[in-house]
Amino acid sequence: MSRLSRRNTASIKAADLELIDATPVRHPWRWVGAAVILLVAALAIQSMTTNPKFYWGTFRTYLFDVLVIQGVGWTLILTVSSMVIAIVLAILLAFMRQSENPLFRYVSWVWVWFFRGTPVYTQLLFWGSIGALYPKIIVGVPFGPELFSWDTATVINATVAAIVGLGLNESAYLAEIFRAGLKSVDNGQMEAAEALGMRRSKVMWRIILPQAMRVIIPPTGNETIGMLKTTSLVLAVPFTLDLTFVTNALASRTFLPIPLLMVAAFWYLLITSVLMVGQYYVERHFGKGVDNVMKAPVQATAAAGAAHTAPPATTDGTTEGGKP
Amino acid sequence: MTDTVSIKGPDSTGVKPLVEIQGVHKLFGDHHVLKGIDMTVNRGEVSVIIGPSGSGKSTLLRCINLLETISAGRIYVHDDLIGFRDVNGKLHDLNTKQIAAQRREIGMVFQRFNLFPHKTALQNVIEAPTQVKRQSKAAAKLKALELLEMVGLSDRANFYPSQLSGGQQQRVAIARALAMEPELMLFDEPTSALDPELVGDVLQVMKDLAKSGMTMIVVTHEIGFAREVGDTLTFMDAGVVVESGNPREIIANPQHHRTKEFLSRVL
Repeated sequence: MSRLSRRNTASIKAADLELIDATPVRHPWRWVGAAVILLVAALAIQSMTTNPKFYWGTFRTYLFDVLVIQGVGWTLILTVSSMVIAIVLAILLAFMRQSENPLFRYVSWVWVWFFRGTPVYTQLLFWGSIGALYPKIIVGVPFGPELFSWDTATVINATVAAIVGLGLNESAYLAEIFRAGLKSVDNGQMEAAEALGMRRSKVMWRIILPQAMRVIIPPTGNETIGMLKTTSLVLAVPFTLDLTFVTNALASRTFLPIPLLMVAAFWYLLITSVLMVGQYYVERHFGKGVDNVMKAPVQATAAAGAAHTAPPATTDGTTEGGKP
Repeated sequence: MTDTVSIKGPDSTGVKPLVEIQGVHKLFGDHHVLKGIDMTVNRGEVSVIIGPSGSGKSTLLRCINLLETISAGRIYVHDDLIGFRDVNGKLHDLNTKQIAAQRREIGMVFQRFNLFPHKTALQNVIEAPTQVKRQSKAAAKLKALELLEMVGLSDRANFYPSQLSGGQQQRVAIARALAMEPELMLFDEPTSALDPELVGDVLQVMKDLAKSGMTMIVVTHEIGFAREVGDTLTFMDAGVVVESGNPREIIANPQHHRTKEFLSRVL
């Protein structure tokens, strides 16, 4: 009898169940809060639309001005190139810092100490005036004959000086972010890979770094967005084609600083938004196997299902990275 | 360079053991963890090490695979002096390349599996063969699928570790170690992190492996496994080998009081 009744319970369909329909907890203060926020937003919009000193007509005139669009382009070039330099250097510096070679560890530490310890503005000024310090770049034997030489000003022009200055400075900050990421990976990963006979450099590159990227990406996205705005300091070089410099120049020409600040703000916000979308996809890529897997169908039936969908041994490289 | 004559162990006649551990000490600072361990493991033998936690049994295993460096004594695996080069009686550290080469002959399975979480089961297994042995991806995959079949997980090849149960992860880890075709397999408490109902599958894979003739050193708390599969049983306590011999005899009739005490607590 008891066996029968148990089977009956097990066979009850979900549709037949009397599902719980509980009254949720009420949150009246949320409505009050929403009302206050709406009011503040309305006031802000009203003041921005009715205050003539915003000169929205001027804003519209200059939003897609050729100089402004070129400024956006240059700002993007500076951001992307300096971040690429910084990321490459940061990986190198972080690996060096974790190295068994004390020379590497020391060099990495000094690099971070120096480039993090001096203002980026000062560094940009330095790179801008390097031509005065060393008028010629000469490759040759010390105290011997010179083999090649260039004018410093042609090799390190304003663009190069700006990118190198921003990139080297940023590499010091990113190196610390990468170091934190590498340290976040469980020690067992290094041991398991080394036990398989993998060399340390290979373990770092193939096992540790890909896992560390999960931790590294969010603050690096933060740094990239920070860099977008830091490019406005390149007038120290002086580099005069970026968004901030161009809009400032237009503002002094038109005697209307506010609408041109709005133009700059609009473009910075737009680029930031695009970068945030990019970050989402990069995070998703490096989260594979951890953040975004379907939770395990551990039961035998699900396993059998997976066995049918899983490609057999004869398939080509498509099995790699396949998700069940 | 690793196979110069100088690296060979002491000569002896007859069948040589695969693993020879001679008077091994290990110090962590002032902490004396291993106090003169002697042990031999013949080819095809399953050597089980038991003992209370802190007895040094895991440390000994890690020394064999160079995850720790010994402070005194010698370890030979397949006549290779582990971790050092003997030049006229003076030991020289091996470089990273030589260490990696020695490790390739020794597979290791960890208590906490240590699968690579960003790679699927299949990718975990082919990682070392393709990256270290430079096998083609296709060949490595074929072999990996065979190994996954052997551990009963061919249907999970494209699952990430986070989608597998602990027992399944450990079986993938065994397949991963076997993919390098090691001469010797080390198991460091392979079932200690598993739910009780998952232990059996892992032990079964290990039994099959033992039957296939693999030389194994197993640190474990599974006395049943030791009795059934072990060729020798070593009981360690406080950094020394207290008792060693036939597992069935030792478990049935322990000679030393510390062995008795330990077995009475775990059986």
